[in-house]
Amino acid sequence: MKKTLLTAVLSCSTLLAVSAFAADTIKIGFNIPMTGDIPKVGESSKLSAEMLKADINGAGGLEVGGKKYMLEFLYEDNEAKAESAVTTALKLIEKDEVLAMVGPNSSKQAIPAGQVANDNETVMISPWSTNPDATLDRPWVFRAAFLDPFQGPVAVNFAVKTFGAKTAAVLYDLSNDYSKGLAEIFRDEFEKKVGPGSVLAFESHGTKDQDFSAQLTKIASTHPDFIFVPDNYNQVALIVKQARQLDYKGQFMGSDAWGSSELMTLCGDDCKGLYFSTHYAAAGATGATKEFIDRYSEKYGETPDDVAALTWDATRIVLQAIQDTGGLTGKLKKDRKAIRKAMSEIPTFAGITGNMKFDEQGDPVKCAVVVKISDEGTFQFTESVCPE
Amino acid sequence: MLEIIIQNIINALQWGSFYALIALGYTMVYGVLTLINFAHGDVFMVGAYISFFTATLLLSFLGVPGWVALALTIPITMMLTAMVGVSLERIAYRPLRRKGAHRLYVVITALMCGLILEHANLAILGASRKAFPELITTHVYNIGGITFTNLKLAVIVTAILAFFILQWIVTKTKVGMAMRAISYDKFAVPLMGIPIDSIIVVTFALGSAFAGLAGILFAMSYPILEPYMGALIGWKAFIAAVVGGIGDIRGAFLGGFILGAVEILVVAVFPSTYRDLIAFTVLLIILSIKPTGLFGIAKTTKI
Repeated sequence: MKKTLLTAVLSCSTLLAVSAFAADTIKIGFNIPMTGDIPKVGESSKLSAEMLKADINGAGGLEVGGKKYMLEFLYEDNEAKAESAVTTALKLIEKDEVLAMVGPNSSKQAIPAGQVANDNETVMISPWSTNPDATLDRPWVFRAAFLDPFQGPVAVNFAVKTFGAKTAAVLYDLSNDYSKGLAEIFRDEFEKKVGPGSVLAFESHGTKDQDFSAQLTKIASTHPDFIFVPDNYNQVALIVKQARQLDYKGQFMGSDAWGSSELMTLCGDDCKGLYFSTHYAAAGATGATKEFIDRYSEKYGETPDDVAALTWDATRIVLQAIQDTGGLTGKLKKDRKAIRKAMSEIPTFAGITGNMKFDEQGDPVKCAVVVKISDEGTFQFTESVCPE
Repeated sequence: MLEIIIQNIINALQWGSFYALIALGYTMVYGVLTLINFAHGDVFMVGAYISFFTATLLLSFLGVPGWVALALTIPITMMLTAMVGVSLERIAYRPLRRKGAHRLYVVITALMCGLILEHANLAILGASRKAFPELITTHVYNIGGITFTNLKLAVIVTAILAFFILQWIVTKTKVGMAMRAISYDKFAVPLMGIPIDSIIVVTFALGSAFAGLAGILFAMSYPILEPYMGALIGWKAFIAAVVGGIGDIRGAFLGGFILGAVEILVVAVFPSTYRDLIAFTVLLIILSIKPTGLFGIAKTTKI
């Protein structure tokens, strides 16, 4: 009996010691897809965050209210599934007791996970999600990327101007909130600009599909000026290849989900010369953006894609907000509340993907770029579009 | 309009070829052992990966031209995939059979084997997609608005050839006769001096080799490989085999093409959301009219 008591006392004191030690660290949770359909997205997020953590911890930690804290980043895999993103968010909030969360990246996961974050009063910032629903009426949820209602018109205007397009076709992923939302915005915007009936085909597919020949046959038979494909990079590679095999010779226009560094490994020559709208262009960057790209490339041997850059920005925004709180109390609920308040009060943030300012929904007001995939397979800056 | 219909028939033939090739493996194992080898879809995935590594090795490290690489990749992949299938039988299914386990347990084991293959792949190679190298230049032919590629034709022709080869093996050779004998009466056959284990090994080897062949062709047609690529297509191929009448080679072949055709034609007419709904409704109707499948024969259980 005595022995049990002693063990209990001992383990209690160890627990106390651990939690006392843990008070000097700041835990941030990352809810990212490391397996599943888009593993490269999770990997880029992680690599970028690791670099940031090494920077700050290497300099002795993050200073909040005169006290230095070491950063602890927890990477949890959401398998690129909506339901896993929810359980991952809950685990980070309740079990790991993180101060704030970065991710999920895709809207498909960010929309359900945002609900969890909001209900449990924990700050969440999605680096890559562009669907308005992720942050809509959720004071605890923020993002680092622009919105689809902004991105859609960018694609429309660019295609009309550059391709002289009078007709278009759309192929999108029906089970992906991001893809479906953007496809609909694009269709409405294009028909508004060019005229009703100018979107000749509006075709969908499923996430796990590998054969798109039936949809592409239908699209090709309408002879559109270009095909808009707001899809993830892994599907883009298959879609473009199959369209070429069906003898479609026209242009494609893509969205920011194309911008993975893995796109060119999967797609190869078929994707060269195509355009897509995205968050930043690695080729031809200057200033802090260039410095980030150079360091990242040196460290990991690849050009950072937009997810890497946005994760860098998103995580820095969170850290900025933590610093702005002016000191942590060690009480989780109180600190989380203080971070949310600080986050909503950030005036403007100079990120490597451009300057941003949060509106009342927690969405940044920032510029988009259109890039062209060059013959060397790099994403070349073509045009920058800013909100009026 | 006509050219769109013909175009979609070509699309359907290509897509159906993969179902048919995979369904052949299901149906052979079922025919001999009355075992549903649910790991078969993942054997197909392993086949695609084996062909990826063989082709990359031949192209990048040995520097052979693409057509030579292809000519070598096909037999190497088929052999290695056959070995994977045989190992599964040897490690997982045979011990259970020896202990006289009920068929249900073997089926569950098969499901687990499939999951092990998927997740072992995920653990070893990681989640990122592999891009299959281009072995032969794809030529696009356009005849009167109907387009096809040399690859598409090769896939369809190979599937048809595979069917005839298997059909010949099962109906015309001694091994085939032994297979049919085992399927007819598992207990009497060993008494006749037929080595039942060797015949089962041959069955698994054949089925897996054709899954490997499907793997190569699939990797060439849809050149992005991932660990879960075999799961869904494997399930659907199994359904195709059931619709055709599982245990019958002709049934598997026909079932594969029916499923491929229904899927493609549904998407060609309706929004893609309805694809699986309509495709499986059609299959359900076929089964409710002919529960044993198109070529299946109702068998009474002997006690």
